[in-house]
Amino acid sequence: MIDKNYPWKNRLPEEECCESSPIINVENLSLSYDQHKAFSDISLKINRGCVTGIIGPSGCGKSSFIHCLNRMIELYPSSKVDGDIYFKGRNIFDSRVNLMDLRKNVGVVFQEPTPLPLSIITNIELPLKEHRFENIEDRAVQALKDVGLWEEVKDKLKSPANNLSGGQKQRLCIARTIALEPEVILMDEPCSSLDPISTEKIEGLIQELKGRYTILIVTHNLAQARRVCDYVYAFWYDESGDCGKILESGTCSDVFEHSQNKTIRDYVGGLRG
Amino acid sequence: MEGLTKSISWIIGIALIAILFYILGDIILVSVKNFSLSFLLDSPFSGGRKGGIYPIIISTLLILAVSLLVVIPVGLTSALFLAEFAENNSKSIAIIRKSIEILSAVPSIVFGLFGNAIFSVYFGMGFSILSGGLTLAIMALPLFITTVEKGIRSVPNNYRFVAFSLGMSQFTMIKSIIIPYALPAIFVGIVLSVGRALAETAALIFTSGYVDRIPESLFDSGRTLSVHIYDLTMNVPGGDINAYKTSLVLIVLILATNTLINILLKSWYKKRIAL
Amino acid sequence: MFQLTRSRQDLYLNVFLKINGYFSFLAVFLIFLFIGKESIVALSGHSTAFIFDKSWFPSEGQFNTVPMIAGTLIVTFGSVILALPLGIISSLFANFYCPPRIKIFYRRAIELYTGIPSVVFGFWGLMKLVPIINEFQPPGQSLLAGILVLALMIFPIITLSLISSFEMASKNHFKVSESLGLKKSTYIWFVLLPSLKGQILGATILSTGRAIGETMAVLMVCGNIVKIPSSVFEPVRTLTANIALEMAYAMGTHRSALFLSGLILLIMIGFLLLLSDTLKKRFAWKD
Repeated sequence: MIDKNYPWKNRLPEEECCESSPIINVENLSLSYDQHKAFSDISLKINRGCVTGIIGPSGCGKSSFIHCLNRMIELYPSSKVDGDIYFKGRNIFDSRVNLMDLRKNVGVVFQEPTPLPLSIITNIELPLKEHRFENIEDRAVQALKDVGLWEEVKDKLKSPANNLSGGQKQRLCIARTIALEPEVILMDEPCSSLDPISTEKIEGLIQELKGRYTILIVTHNLAQARRVCDYVYAFWYDESGDCGKILESGTCSDVFEHSQNKTIRDYVGGLRG
Repeated sequence: MEGLTKSISWIIGIALIAILFYILGDIILVSVKNFSLSFLLDSPFSGGRKGGIYPIIISTLLILAVSLLVVIPVGLTSALFLAEFAENNSKSIAIIRKSIEILSAVPSIVFGLFGNAIFSVYFGMGFSILSGGLTLAIMALPLFITTVEKGIRSVPNNYRFVAFSLGMSQFTMIKSIIIPYALPAIFVGIVLSVGRALAETAALIFTSGYVDRIPESLFDSGRTLSVHIYDLTMNVPGGDINAYKTSLVLIVLILATNTLINILLKSWYKKRIAL
Repeated sequence: MFQLTRSRQDLYLNVFLKINGYFSFLAVFLIFLFIGKESIVALSGHSTAFIFDKSWFPSEGQFNTVPMIAGTLIVTFGSVILALPLGIISSLFANFYCPPRIKIFYRRAIELYTGIPSVVFGFWGLMKLVPIINEFQPPGQSLLAGILVLALMIFPIITLSLISSFEMASKNHFKVSESLGLKKSTYIWFVLLPSLKGQILGATILSTGRAIGETMAVLMVCGNIVKIPSSVFEPVRTLTANIALEMAYAMGTHRSALFLSGLILLIMIGFLLLLSDTLKKRFAWKD
């Protein structure tokens, strides 16, 4: 259930959007694929309950960065990670960490809406079963309601998920992620392959979800970042021109309106791409 | 579930490889003990349990040659027809494709019966290299056509448009552009057909017969390596040692043709990328 | 490609290629014609002899082929039942559990299986497998031997088909499964394999066709007694082995009865092809 009683739900833009208690702490993270560096020496904090955005031009390592946060990066055999990531105080790279639990608590929504080749309801029920939840059917229905998909699919729960439209598929992917009751939801450009109306629906959904969930969203759509995020980190190329690093960070108004960095000022002002 | 899946996979995965090594190892070990070059150069005697397999190698090569002489032209032209000339939804294509599908499903012994009925009896060729080769040709045809057709379809359409815009006739286009480009596929088709033919026994025992002398003409009977193995195992007591050795020769031949084609293909594709 | 040029040479070429193309059709037509023609003698007179005769005793004019039909069906059924799990599990091993550097060699090894001729399988079966079975229960040449050897011959069809399906399967699905914390085995049994039902079915039908048509291996290890086996350790004779064994000296009605067996085999294969076509429409798999 979405708990709407969090104190920072109705904050004004100038106020601190949320308690700055970081739930994820990234320290000096570097990633390379074989000899090619994706990003180096990234440090950032993600605050509990907030929507944090990562903006920057393509190729800056934003997607790769997200993949590190729940150790999805290990699916790419040529990847090499240096540095630490702390989730609720524990280093996720520790060998004692249970990967299944990590991925339950840190969920991902990918750029390309990818339901599993199963029925709509099984898409949500299978992970619930896997993580040994109870009341699986109720939880699945609730997840569909929370993302606003219930009315649209309640008559065809057993039909293949692949028959849904792009926007519906993406909402289904969000539903299956929140059904697992994660603490953090990572979103990798979730709207980039969707039409404007679906995008609007999902942005509205993000606003509803925040507070209860911590959300990290990667987007190359600056307007979206402005609409949706509380905090923003701006990735950019470093001096040598290839891999990424953080050039600016802070609350939305800090970065978009009062940026100290000329490059970022130009970027958010639409003068650079 | 994960542990169970993993352990069963490992057990079965390793077991199947172990069986493979057992089969091949057995053949290699038993044969190598008794092998000498004379095996390949002598004629068999005493029913085949002694001596070599020279005439049999000759017969095998002759039968292969006969079948390739039929398969390559017929298969190539059929594949060209399917890929280049027929409109996509025409009845001709559907009929021919269905026929190819049926041919590839027909059991080899039925081909043997057919070969016997039409070549040995109806055309009066009796047990001969010719009967066997022609029967094998029909068996290998579907495989060859399918492989070559894929190769022809993989020729980029740009080449065809350029050829037409230059006023080239289709004949020239096929001769000068398509066939050279599809040559690797044609060779793969040949190798696959040879592999299929070498392994074939049931279709040959009553088309090309059992004779183990060097055939004097294409109308003479002759036996192939696989038929020899069969005969030694089933009809000749004490024929096992030579059966082992012949099996080794047969497997080596099949492996050699396959490896040859893999090497040829790799060097061909390297050259093509350089183009 | 339509005939876009106006050259007469191309017109002749068109016709020539078309004629050659029809060669395959001609072959199929002739096969049915000749096999049918030769079977007629056995079918004329008492045409249901091949089912209702007392037994298979050609010298006495008895041509009951039912024991052989049963033999073919039992051996085929048994070997496919065995080959299916072997094929699926070995493909899982190759793709998910085998060390990635060894995968290529493993695949080559499975391909090696397909390169071994059936006589060699039969020969090995006779030399090594049959004596082992003989230790448990004589005579050794038996239905069991046939099933085991045939299963070894056909499982690679399923394995190789699945391995290439796995490689073409959406990598995204695997990524999503991992990100949801699903175990590998959950992904395999609840997501991947169900999505490949069609492919598995297609490979199974292909294997069945191969098993029905196999002659040499079963001939060499099955014992060839004309009798419906009552246990897996008893010998059995298949339709294919029957033809191979007796064709050499068969005359007249006997020969015709063997051609009739060939016709029965063709009908079995035809049925499989029909099955495959109908199922293809339902499940849409690629060859």
